[in-house]
Amino acid sequence: MGQYIVRRLLQAIPMLLLVSILLFALVNVAPGGPLSQFSRSRRMTAERAESLKRQFGLDKPLTVQYIVWLAGNDWMAIDTDGNGITDSYGTRKGVLRGDFGFSYQNREPVLPQIMDRLPNTVYLMGLTLIVVAIIAIPIGIISAVKQYSAFDITVTTLSFMGQAIPEFWLGLILILIFYVGLDNPVTGKSLLPGGGMYTIGAEFSLIDRIRHLILPVSMGVVGWVAWWSRFLRSSMLEVINQDYIRTARAKGQNERKVLYRHALKNALIPLVTMIMIDFPYVFTGAIVVEQLFSWPGMGRMYYDAATSRDYPMLMGVLILGSMVIILSNLMADIIYAYLDPRVRYD
Amino acid sequence: MTEHSDQFLLKIRGLKTYFYTEDGVVKAVDGVDFNVNRGEILGLVGESGCGKSVTALSIMQLIRKPGKIVEGKISFGSVNLRELPLEDIQEIRGNRISMIFQQPQTSLNPVITVGDQLAEVFEIHADLNNEEMREKSVELLRTVGIADPEQKALAYPHEMSGGQAQRVMIAMGLAMRPELLIADEPTTALDVTIQAQILDLMRDLRNELGTAVILITHDLGVIAEMADWVAVMYAGQIVEQAGVVPLFDKPLHPYTRGLINSIPVLGETKHRLADIDGVVPNLVDLPKGCNFAPRCKARKKYGLSICEEINPDLKEIMPNHSVRCWLYQDAEDHKAPLKP
Repeated sequence: MGQYIVRRLLQAIPMLLLVSILLFALVNVAPGGPLSQFSRSRRMTAERAESLKRQFGLDKPLTVQYIVWLAGNDWMAIDTDGNGITDSYGTRKGVLRGDFGFSYQNREPVLPQIMDRLPNTVYLMGLTLIVVAIIAIPIGIISAVKQYSAFDITVTTLSFMGQAIPEFWLGLILILIFYVGLDNPVTGKSLLPGGGMYTIGAEFSLIDRIRHLILPVSMGVVGWVAWWSRFLRSSMLEVINQDYIRTARAKGQNERKVLYRHALKNALIPLVTMIMIDFPYVFTGAIVVEQLFSWPGMGRMYYDAATSRDYPMLMGVLILGSMVIILSNLMADIIYAYLDPRVRYD
Repeated sequence: MTEHSDQFLLKIRGLKTYFYTEDGVVKAVDGVDFNVNRGEILGLVGESGCGKSVTALSIMQLIRKPGKIVEGKISFGSVNLRELPLEDIQEIRGNRISMIFQQPQTSLNPVITVGDQLAEVFEIHADLNNEEMREKSVELLRTVGIADPEQKALAYPHEMSGGQAQRVMIAMGLAMRPELLIADEPTTALDVTIQAQILDLMRDLRNELGTAVILITHDLGVIAEMADWVAVMYAGQIVEQAGVVPLFDKPLHPYTRGLINSIPVLGETKHRLADIDGVVPNLVDLPKGCNFAPRCKARKKYGLSICEEINPDLKEIMPNHSVRCWLYQDAEDHKAPLKP
């Protein structure tokens, strides 16, 4: 097993390299470019644009730009003033040495900005995922065990709706009801805040934090619960019709243990895949939720970087996301081997 | 009704188990009567889909929706299993009546070790500590002929062959020394050589423990070798019932005769294997009279019209030999053409 994990981690390196080339190419073929942001300004002259281009290294061919992004340019003689004579060495260290470059927007290094936003996203999405698991797993099980009961029909109908409702619309409706519409009868203010992580001046109030979480978490939970509970229901239904469940009953085992000891253990295995596919969202964030609720997280940062053509920022977020996805896949495989004795890696 | 002894372990009367499907009511078991004596092997034989397995599951009270036992009495000792609450049934299952299934490998839980699945029987029905359960499980595995039982107890079902898995199922079935073991096609999924070993094992254990066995199979060879008593089932009903020797010596029902004729005989060359014309009737839409009438050659030969009108009763027409057929029964305006 240890050997397997090491091998998979080593395999991840060329994979990430390939992904980064692809992402770099895709980002750069998008219409417009980093300079189109600045060209709107009246103060932007042709000379200044030329100088910015050189400063950002955008005058170089794409392949060179990629190499600089990956491996830096502190070993490369460059021409900073555009007179055709190389005059100094670069200062970039490259992603391989932990330098993700500078944001075009605010000229700050990319990595610290990401690290600054990451906890906010983990906080929001992690909580969302936990709430989803707490609600979806029991619902899925009960729904399958009591197939075609009133509970099952209600849940199936609701989850169908939950999957069909567009997330952004649901978010707007939630804001409309709980922020715009309903008021707190005591204070007369809005029942729930419409955005942000906390009220300024009340950073350490737990209740305030929770109040800010309710709407964005609810928005994420609806679709996810629908999806997971339906998935677990069908996986559970498949399992409870298996021969070994009949064997367990034939032994005289009671229904509760038939369910928990024999059925659930098998039904949860496919759910692991499901959970691990969704797990990267904990790190990459949800663009719509964060945008709608002005949540200072990764999703919103990604959105901002994309609209302002802030390529280094964009690449930083994308590479981090790719790493998390590759690691989640590996984790899914490891958990699989742990849960299912039929799966062995050697 | 055939009564081959007074001391019945299991007595089934008028058992009807129907499945309520979208296509209509499937009458999988439609009025079955039979008895099982203590320590006796009853062979329940018939084609696929004739209701053998559903009969077995009905005894175990393991019929699931959309199936339902709609009528009948299943007397086990002094109780009617149909009337017992679930907890009492669970007390009997795996303890006094146990069951083994056709597909041994899918009948074992893939994510639990064989030893733990075996020990579970003791956990439910016996008052033993973990160490005792482990020891008894290993001992049982040895009894059913599993080599290296200590190691095999730690194995998962996918690490075993079909024959080994069926031995584990038998061990599980016999763990509590039940009075009745229901074996539903226990050897169908196994190689012929393994088949013989498993059958020998079951017979030896029967002789040793005195467990009565209901052996369900479509293989008359297995019946001839194993059973003391045979019930032939067709379209949800028992059509003939007798001791194993009289049944093979002198089969009465045209269906039983057809079945016996269709056994290929080793060394005898036939261009075509004998078969029974026609197909098993649709259990949703059974014929009005005798279920076998549409396929019955004897009916045509003797020109009987009553067969398509009224379903005959299962009647003891010789001592310990009963048959459900108008060839041997009189009725109003009907004279039986044959004397047994």
